[in-house]
Amino acid sequence: MPDTVDPMNPPEPLGQLQRPVTAMPPLAQMDQTRKPGQGSAVLQKIRSSHPRSSRIPDATFRVLIALTAVSVFVIVVLVVWELIDKSRLSLHQFGISFFWGRDWDPVNGNFGALPFIYGTLVSSFLALLLAVPLSIGVAVYITEMCPVRLRAYISFLVELLAAIPSVIYGLWGIFVLAPLLREYVEPFLARTLGWTGFFTGPMYGLGMLAAGIIMAIMVVPVIASITREVMTAVPQNQREAVLALGATRWEMIRMGVLRNARIGIVGGVILGLGRALGETMAVTMVIGNRPEIAKSLFAPGYTMASVIANEFTEATGDLYLSALVQIGLALFIVTLIVNALARLLVWSITGGTPRASA
Amino acid sequence: MNRSLRVFICIAVLATCAFAQTTLNGAGATFPYPIYSKWFNEYHNLHSDIQINYQSIGSGGGIRQVQAGTVDFGATDGPMTNEQIEQSKVKVLHVPTVLGAVVPAYNIPGVTAEVKFTPDVLADIFLGKITSWNDARIAKANPGVNFPNQTITVVHRSDGSGTTYIFTDYLSKVSPDWQNVVGKGTSVKWPIGLGGKGNEGVAGSIRQLPGSVGYIELIYALQNKIPFGVVQNSSKNFIKASLESTTAAAVGVKMPDDFRVSITNPPGKNAYPIASFTWLLIPTNPADAKKGKILKDFLFWMLDSGQGMVEALSYAPLPKEVVEKGKATITKVVKP
Repeated sequence: MPDTVDPMNPPEPLGQLQRPVTAMPPLAQMDQTRKPGQGSAVLQKIRSSHPRSSRIPDATFRVLIALTAVSVFVIVVLVVWELIDKSRLSLHQFGISFFWGRDWDPVNGNFGALPFIYGTLVSSFLALLLAVPLSIGVAVYITEMCPVRLRAYISFLVELLAAIPSVIYGLWGIFVLAPLLREYVEPFLARTLGWTGFFTGPMYGLGMLAAGIIMAIMVVPVIASITREVMTAVPQNQREAVLALGATRWEMIRMGVLRNARIGIVGGVILGLGRALGETMAVTMVIGNRPEIAKSLFAPGYTMASVIANEFTEATGDLYLSALVQIGLALFIVTLIVNALARLLVWSITGGTPRASA
Repeated sequence: MNRSLRVFICIAVLATCAFAQTTLNGAGATFPYPIYSKWFNEYHNLHSDIQINYQSIGSGGGIRQVQAGTVDFGATDGPMTNEQIEQSKVKVLHVPTVLGAVVPAYNIPGVTAEVKFTPDVLADIFLGKITSWNDARIAKANPGVNFPNQTITVVHRSDGSGTTYIFTDYLSKVSPDWQNVVGKGTSVKWPIGLGGKGNEGVAGSIRQLPGSVGYIELIYALQNKIPFGVVQNSSKNFIKASLESTTAAAVGVKMPDDFRVSITNPPGKNAYPIASFTWLLIPTNPADAKKGKILKDFLFWMLDSGQGMVEALSYAPLPKEVVEKGKATITKVVKP
């Protein structure tokens, strides 16, 4: 069973996964290596009817495809350049210590990014902590247990969650989720888990916990639908083989399906994380928008995306604007690091070197 | 053939119309956006060849764009600073258009009476010095009201906003502590509290959180029927914000020639103390004389018949002196 599948590209159905066909030499080369008349009859026929026709389209195609690949790289470089260029003033003023400064005072021109970096990371990981088990549960139910008639409906409903605009999630967060949290969930957490220090302090309903829950709901469809696709791709005979060895249904799902699908699942989780890191509107409506580092999840926090969205339009001073752009740079770097770490995680799961035998 | 000829003539006529139309572009403050779009629309109905576009991108953006000369005019809720005026490539005149006010809204369980706020109490609540509703200083200003022993939760705007500017400008004037610790701005470093996005975010949080207090635009409170508190003005009178008391705030204020004036905590007896002008930023020496002329005509129309339309949209109109001074200054300063 092949173990390494690129998580960013949903794997091919595992049953049909084959060793890739050895790359064919380009037609132009074949021209040189093969004497005319040695090619297949069909090729021969094509060649004779369209002399030299294969070379120009081939070259054009190669250049075009190369351009599309390079354009992604160029865009990223331009983004980084623009971020560094526009945050020059702030970089000059605060230097690298901007990234661990804890003060954010637009009136006196003191800026630091740490509370925002902290808020972004904590709320995103909280979201994943809640969303991953839920999504996998949803996917297992849909692929393994759900009556076939209901399958399409449930998948549709899960994917529908992804279609709801984030401002709607935000409003729902303020008017439905926050009161629920304040009245029932937070007092319960404070009573039972207050000793950990994560669930103490005044209960507003709005805060880090609310942001984590809202984002969890938003990333569930991403992770669930990818997980479902990957699990569907596990060949039926894998399941049957495990069952034939006397496994229970749970063992079959665990050993026969989840084990085979784990790389795709991690890929889905990374995509979900990407959405969580960049989520702006829904989060800013429920997180409390306070640039503060507090251990308690009840306390309000702030994220990088939120502060940019909140303050960019009315930022008048040059230094202020520059600091906001540098927050964007910080967000870019954090995303890069988190994605790199996630890649490492995938490699460690597959237990092999990157891009080993596919 | 005949038909296609007719179509061609139609297109030609339409194209000529389109070419004859002059389009002006402006950008800036979000607070006056409803009345500005109403004015520009009405003005277009009167003069079909003039189209004025306005993008409500925020005061900061309005100032930046007018400084760079990328728009024909800008708009702002807070006057430009001296530094910004020096940096600007384009010389601008601040033209006041309407008045807005900011009101304290709250959610105190069991209290239905209109709560009265003195300036020092309001400042100390937002500074986090008064932490409970049954504080003796709140009770002193509200005889007969029975306040619960409930912690105060402060809610403020999280987005940069002219509303925050007006509110913090007021607190800076009435409280030296506020001036030293926080200061004024479109975004400030709040000592305590939660941030809500926009008026709707603040109002929504207040509705949801028992014991909370925050500030919202008068216009938003009126249109959504949100109850709000009464604030004591500099003559020691408790004034409820209304369109009249907001206009009253601009009466009797010493108006400088460039109109850059803060009217928070004004001297008037019946003036509501947390009020402000909002301004259009008009280039005094426009690059395009034809557009400058159109804009100038519009300004006179706005100060005359335009003022009659503002109350319907819950904005407070300018007092007469300001209208007169505005017209005189535009005539004198703005070219052509």
